[in-house]
Amino acid sequence: MNEKLVEIKNLSVSYDQQRVLEQANLDILPLDFLGIIGPNGGGKTTLIKALLGLVKPDAGSIKFHIPLKKVGYLPQINQVDKRFPITVLDVVQSGKAGTRFLNVFRKDHTDRLYAEKLLDEMGISGIRHKAIGELSGGQMQRVFLCRSLMNQPELLILDEPDTFVDNQFESELYEKLKELNKRMAILLVSHDVGTISYYVKTIACVNRQVHYHPSNVISNEQLASYNCPLQIVTHGQIPHTVLSMHENHDHHGHHH
Amino acid sequence: MDTIIDLFSYDFFMNAFWASFFAAVSCGIVGTYIVSRRIVFVSGGITHASFGGIGIGYFLGWSPLLGAAIFAILSGWGIQLFTQKGKVREDSSIAIWWSLGMAIGIIFIYLSPGYAPNLMSYLFGSVLTVSTTELYLMGALSLVLVLFFSLFYRLVLYVAFDEEFAKTTGLPVNLINYLLISMIAITIVLNIRVVGIILILSLLTLPQATANLFTKDFKKMMMISVLVAFIGSFAGLLFSFYVDIPSGASIIFTLVLVFGLMKLAFYIRQNILSRD
Repeated sequence: MNEKLVEIKNLSVSYDQQRVLEQANLDILPLDFLGIIGPNGGGKTTLIKALLGLVKPDAGSIKFHIPLKKVGYLPQINQVDKRFPITVLDVVQSGKAGTRFLNVFRKDHTDRLYAEKLLDEMGISGIRHKAIGELSGGQMQRVFLCRSLMNQPELLILDEPDTFVDNQFESELYEKLKELNKRMAILLVSHDVGTISYYVKTIACVNRQVHYHPSNVISNEQLASYNCPLQIVTHGQIPHTVLSMHENHDHHGHHH
Repeated sequence: MDTIIDLFSYDFFMNAFWASFFAAVSCGIVGTYIVSRRIVFVSGGITHASFGGIGIGYFLGWSPLLGAAIFAILSGWGIQLFTQKGKVREDSSIAIWWSLGMAIGIIFIYLSPGYAPNLMSYLFGSVLTVSTTELYLMGALSLVLVLFFSLFYRLVLYVAFDEEFAKTTGLPVNLINYLLISMIAITIVLNIRVVGIILILSLLTLPQATANLFTKDFKKMMMISVLVAFIGSFAGLLFSFYVDIPSGASIIFTLVLVFGLMKLAFYIRQNILSRD
């Protein structure tokens, strides 16, 4: 078995003629729980989209050592049209679309059963026939999480799953991810540095470049050396940098 | 005055009946896709761009419908291409094709010798003069659409709902998009004779608005739209016949009336009857 799931080498990506990522390098390891942090516009979402083949890189390479259809994806929730006439079950089943493109005559019974199982495990099987427009923010995130699990991924990519949800669902979500992490690698983009450092195993700072940090504890000085200014300034001696830990923690090695 | 049964013994009325039926099937299905995906304005662009083809058709002495079909498909692809590759904002890209087509149409109709006798029927529709050939084409289109949307239902649904996600699951999103925009173009062109360029958009959106009151499921919305479109067009056709008004306008008026009444009924049920 290969050591790495994905190898990103010297990746440069532009968006509307603007260089967003410059010579970025990152390896994704099996069963890693990688938190991606960085300032807005620093290239977090672009990195993900390049990874998923949604934007074309200018240079560099992305090498997958797992099949592409074994990658699960949960996009930012505001990307979808909430008034689209589609039921929850159909949304979840759409997570496995690519594997059955020409299989038009095959009954999709097995897919449907698997989708129902996922909804059941997420505790929302009661809403499976509802239209997505009728759901709350938390329910919708659960549905999209189910969709991203439909293809039984080995790598799960989540883009800010903690927006538009309440605190209770947020902790439920992270507990669920922790459980899923026993079976799959997770790559999580978030702006909430404090919360994710509690759950993730490793951190990558993305700001034009990618700095991989093989631990979930990161100090102010390290963030500064990674050139990773974050939006929320809590405290610290160096201006425009932030500490990933809660205020009353020391900077090194304190775990919750 | 003829009874409805008597009407069916007239060839022109039978043609009009089948034209409304095929219009209901094709516009019900394609319109659901258009409305769900919020590309009504794109369809408006295609519709008006097709006028350019009608003008060139007149000028060259070809069938205006053939010219319209070519213009409609090219403008549909053009709008997509401009938006995707040319980085033109979608609404601007639509406006460019919309007005370009109208301008070409006006120029060539002006240049054509003599008066264009059927021009009004392209602008405002004339279901009672639909030819047998046109009827066959409409029937074939309806059949193709029913087959395509049943066989590739999930494919269409997934791409329409979340295009970017569909790409990540490996679906051929671009192919589907171009295929569907072509189907929209053909549907618009073949139904222009029924309600006309000016009114065709309503046949693609009004039945769907009514259906959307009853269901939030894509497949059911297609079926109900077809039903509503058929009831609306047939009732509109009868109304135009007995009152002697233009059929296209009569059909659209009926569809608006159906939507208004249903909306009112739903409003009363939700806000007044459900009160304790």
